[in-house]
Amino acid sequence: MREISAAEVSSAVERLASKSAYHLGVDELSALTRALGEEKSELGRGVLEELVKNAAIAAEGEYPICQDTGLAVVFVDWGQDAHLSGGSLQEAVDEGVRRAQKKAYLRASVLGGPLTRKNTGDNTPAIVHLRLVPGDRVRIVVAAKGGGSENMSRLEMLNPGAGADGLVEFVVRAVREAGANPCPPIVVGVGAGGNFERVAELAKRALLRPLGSANPDPELAALERRMLEAVNRTGVGPGGLGGTVTALAVHLEAAPCHIASFPAAVNIDCHAHRHGEAEL
Amino acid sequence: MSQRRRTRGAKPSMKPAEPVRLTTPLSEDQARSLRAGTRVLISGTAYTARDAAHKRMTELLAGGGALPFDISGAVIYYAGPTPARPGKPVGAIGPTTSSRMDRYVAPLLAAGLRGMIGKGERSDEVRQGLSRHGAVYFAATGGAGALLARHIVAAEVVAWPELGAEAVRRIELRDFPALVACDSAGGDVYGQGREAWVQD
Repeated sequence: MREISAAEVSSAVERLASKSAYHLGVDELSALTRALGEEKSELGRGVLEELVKNAAIAAEGEYPICQDTGLAVVFVDWGQDAHLSGGSLQEAVDEGVRRAQKKAYLRASVLGGPLTRKNTGDNTPAIVHLRLVPGDRVRIVVAAKGGGSENMSRLEMLNPGAGADGLVEFVVRAVREAGANPCPPIVVGVGAGGNFERVAELAKRALLRPLGSANPDPELAALERRMLEAVNRTGVGPGGLGGTVTALAVHLEAAPCHIASFPAAVNIDCHAHRHGEAEL
Repeated sequence: MSQRRRTRGAKPSMKPAEPVRLTTPLSEDQARSLRAGTRVLISGTAYTARDAAHKRMTELLAGGGALPFDISGAVIYYAGPTPARPGKPVGAIGPTTSSRMDRYVAPLLAAGLRGMIGKGERSDEVRQGLSRHGAVYFAATGGAGALLARHIVAAEVVAWPELGAEAVRRIELRDFPALVACDSAGGDVYGQGREAWVQD
């Protein structure tokens, strides 16, 4: 059986968390540049120009893209023929997050609890989503999730007969109510189906797809395009100052569900759409 | 599908006006003269404070205590920066969501607060407070923390260091780019902007 050490996991997480805080992906950068060409509002274009400049300054390595360097959300697909040695997965991930916080000068944005509100001082613990998969490879995705956009996310148990119209209406309402708060232009992750907890994870996983990629199911892909058009008609615009580009993309993921249910979730990500991926 | 384009919304063909230069502290007259939609470059002293510091400041005021800085004419920036690298005054420092601070604003305005910098819409209560006291709310670009850091030339923690990123810092701004978002005459760039660009 293949051995993978906790130290290897920590190093990968540290590297991904550090890099994503300073370097936007090429998909995100090209989406911002394209938005600058499409946006019709002058104030909106001003915001997009600042964001493109901001990304270039951050890439020089002195300042992170955003002061909210996020809660580390770590997705691990662990090959079942590999064995983790030298520590627990949570500890290994947290060690990587801790080192990134110190060495890459990231903000300590995590509290020990919502009521005590005492900062843990090192941005741990991370949220870890583990799936056991065939093979002996391990895939790790680190997403840095800001609080402003996470706060604007929504989950609703829709009427089972709500259909595509009901889902679109729910997504548009979430984006409209979020307004300027999640730092538009946003990326919208939509989950549909599953159950209460599954749908939230679907919405978050939808954000991991390459920006603007279509769902492989043509019907869901058509619905994504419809939702993107609808949220861009809300007028929220870049920075919430009014405009025609409110979202850079809408990604939809669907799953089987109970006959009585239509769970739906919207997980909003800001324009600082920070992800990193590695395979061990 | 027609687009409502009201007169108050900026026309796409308009060339952006030169930004107005402001130096803090702001007088009531200065604050009252500013109009929503005007770009500004702010220089001078400001103070960072966000959720935890606002809770403490309003508790101090309610108990008859003194604030850790002179609030008369002051500008508060809703921001919690990343740690400063050696040789830099501060790390990335963009605005956080202002609406979370709405509940704390009234007593601070009454105590002399003249300006706030943040991102996003404010409550009716805050906007009425701007009119009553002659104050102004500026929006900085959310998520532009690296760009905005280059407009901070000095920073020093003045209260509650145990709050970490949430501590109150005295910061020196130099040509800090912002937009008058809500003015003392009822102007609100968020409401007006969205109304101008919504497509039914």
